[in-house]
Amino acid sequence: MLSRCRGANAARVGTVTRQPGGCAGVYVSSGRPEAATEAAIGPPGSGVGAVVTGNVIALGLVSLVTDVSSEMVTAVMPVYLVTGLGLTMLQFGFLDGLYSGVTVFLRLVGGHLADRFAARKQVAAVGYGMSAVAKLGLPLVGASVPGIGAVLAADRAGKGLRTAPRDALISLSSGPQAQGRAFGVHRALDTVGAFTGPLVAFAILAAVGTAYDAVFVVSFCVGLIGVAMLVLFVRDHRDPVEHRPGWRDGLGLLRDRSYRRLCVVATVLGLVTVSDAFVYLLLQHRLSIQPHWFPLLPLGTAGVYLVLALPLGRLADRVGRRRVFLAGHGVLLAAYLLLGGPLDGVALLIAVLALHGVFYAATDGVLAAAVGARLPATGRAGGLAVVQTGQAVGRFASSMIFGALWTAWGPAGAIRVLALALAVALLGSALALAGGGRVRGRVRDVR
Amino acid sequence: MSVDAPVKPALTRGRILIFVLVLILLAGIAIGYTVYAVKREDERLHGGSGTAPGGPPLTLAGAPRLLFRSTESGPGYGHLATVAAADPGGPRTVGERSCDRVYAAGGTAVCLATEGGLTRTGVALVLDADLRQVRRVELAGTPNRARVSASGRMASWTVFVYGDSYASTTFSTRTSILDTRTGELVANLEDFTTTRDGKELRSPDRNFWGVTFTADDNTFYATLSTNTSGRTYLVRGDLGARTMTVLRENVECPSLSPDGTRLVFKKKVSQSTRNPWRLYVLDLASMRETPLAETRGVDDQAIWLDERTVGYALPTGAGAATDVWSVPADGSGAPARLVTGGFSPVPLR
Repeated sequence: MLSRCRGANAARVGTVTRQPGGCAGVYVSSGRPEAATEAAIGPPGSGVGAVVTGNVIALGLVSLVTDVSSEMVTAVMPVYLVTGLGLTMLQFGFLDGLYSGVTVFLRLVGGHLADRFAARKQVAAVGYGMSAVAKLGLPLVGASVPGIGAVLAADRAGKGLRTAPRDALISLSSGPQAQGRAFGVHRALDTVGAFTGPLVAFAILAAVGTAYDAVFVVSFCVGLIGVAMLVLFVRDHRDPVEHRPGWRDGLGLLRDRSYRRLCVVATVLGLVTVSDAFVYLLLQHRLSIQPHWFPLLPLGTAGVYLVLALPLGRLADRVGRRRVFLAGHGVLLAAYLLLGGPLDGVALLIAVLALHGVFYAATDGVLAAAVGARLPATGRAGGLAVVQTGQAVGRFASSMIFGALWTAWGPAGAIRVLALALAVALLGSALALAGGGRVRGRVRDVR
Repeated sequence: MSVDAPVKPALTRGRILIFVLVLILLAGIAIGYTVYAVKREDERLHGGSGTAPGGPPLTLAGAPRLLFRSTESGPGYGHLATVAAADPGGPRTVGERSCDRVYAAGGTAVCLATEGGLTRTGVALVLDADLRQVRRVELAGTPNRARVSASGRMASWTVFVYGDSYASTTFSTRTSILDTRTGELVANLEDFTTTRDGKELRSPDRNFWGVTFTADDNTFYATLSTNTSGRTYLVRGDLGARTMTVLRENVECPSLSPDGTRLVFKKKVSQSTRNPWRLYVLDLASMRETPLAETRGVDDQAIWLDERTVGYALPTGAGAATDVWSVPADGSGAPARLVTGGFSPVPLR
């Protein structure tokens, strides 16, 4: 009965869906979702449908466990590769560019497959499973450089495949008012895993000495626990069977002006977002940090992110997700200005790491929440994949550009140029997103 | 109930039971394998009949010997050991100290080691002629290369750093130089000004490794590489002026001959990941390169046993075992195995 209630309209993008009150929850599908939303569940903040569901928490725990599994491996890779391969890794530097490409492409594929077969959970499970099995591949391929390359590629491919379906599941498991806090809960749990993983790895390493394969096998087992949690405790959203969205429907999503603008804005802002590595490198340049403290810098960012992911997600639900998303980039601009400014010492370190953490908390999950609320259920994974891919491609290009700027003008010059570019992009984005609202004549559309 | 309503988790008693069973099974596999791997590793490294530590304490002074890290399976695995220079295949003396990599000259030794405990910190230990610790520097990564100048004053080491940042998986190296007389430490050679063809090199991802010192304790040679290009370059550095100049392409892990006229280095000769390098000697006056008779790929910063012979370590097939080899420095002759079960050789003259 419910699928009947939903009808084919909801599956098509850009079609106004006005459902009777009995079909509450078809709030996310069309170019004008507010109409249905208001009719069905009242104004935001009323509390109805604003609860973070168990499904979201289950997905968060899956990410937590998976992060423990992968951070364990990350923590032992240096020793493992140096003992096994020596400087070969640096010589063949095969790790970066190519695999970013693989991830980006598979993210789109994962999103599309998840939508096409209404199989978000299955596609995500395949992705999580691939990464888990890849951990077992490391001891099997031994010291072969192509072998290790292939294993790492499989790990990244799994990550690429699962991201969009997982975010779609989070989005579909939460009411429109709760999108921000749902992603906040998920990202916070995810970050807990990033903290725990290295600790577990160090504990195991202290016990096993040079038996690195034990770390990989334990990581594989932990990864499988994540897969089991996903399979057993996460329930997929059921779609009407009549409509199988194809590539054309995916492209059709872009006909929605608001979604299209979000995609463009995410990509453009990605293009002026410096990669984390460069932020820490800039800090190192400014502060001459003792080298053994250097690996701790990312934990500063992650700590702030962990604490603020949920509060900022809630704030986004209340005051508008795009507003918070833009404000997050404003915070990033402040971090850039500090990095290129006169402040020095511990104050600079703390301020930049805090701002960087706030930036992540205000943008990462919030973007998914902003986009998710605008997409039809049947096209949500693909739609999320497109916007996240745009952002990732923008950031990848930004790393190249920033590297060139650094070489030409040095670190201070490069960050100032980027700060200017970010300010311009931010202004343009604010106008673009606000414009979308005005066309509709709805203030609340900024959410 | 609406299908469109927020989805509920599938928390049923049956599913929880299945999950607990899966959890027990996977935990069993993880613990069981870990116990097995620890036993196997212990057997592999320490189960053999290699020489045990003991006998006269190791020192850097005395008759000409070869100092190295013993990789014989047995109780002395990983410990520093020496053999007589005239009879390197003869019995070895194994000391108490363990190092991942070692170098010594002029009465000073540098020992790169990984200290146990929860975090397994890499450390560079500066040792005196009796191998007593003089200074300890914590490292930011995995120990890789070590050198001491002929006078024993300057020490240098390179560590490998992986995943410098939250989301990145790039590799980098960090090379430090310590003046053991003044105690001054250059933590990272990347802070020096590097020029190539008269222009300053400012690429943020440049890496340096494999320092070798000249007799003046100020000039040194090292490898430069940028991640983006993947190429390596020979640089000559001036410690006092904090500058480096690019001299030549495709020179890695240089090692200066005792008379200061030649560098032995590894040159990338193939794109294959199996056997990419070959040892060459570069004459600094004529800049002419000579390939050495060793045709296997050597991933080591070679050392000079004397003015005519270089030494290096090569893996011997299975696992962690390595042997020390030598080959004439003029391209003639053939490689010869000096020590079975040794790594990181250093001549004590």
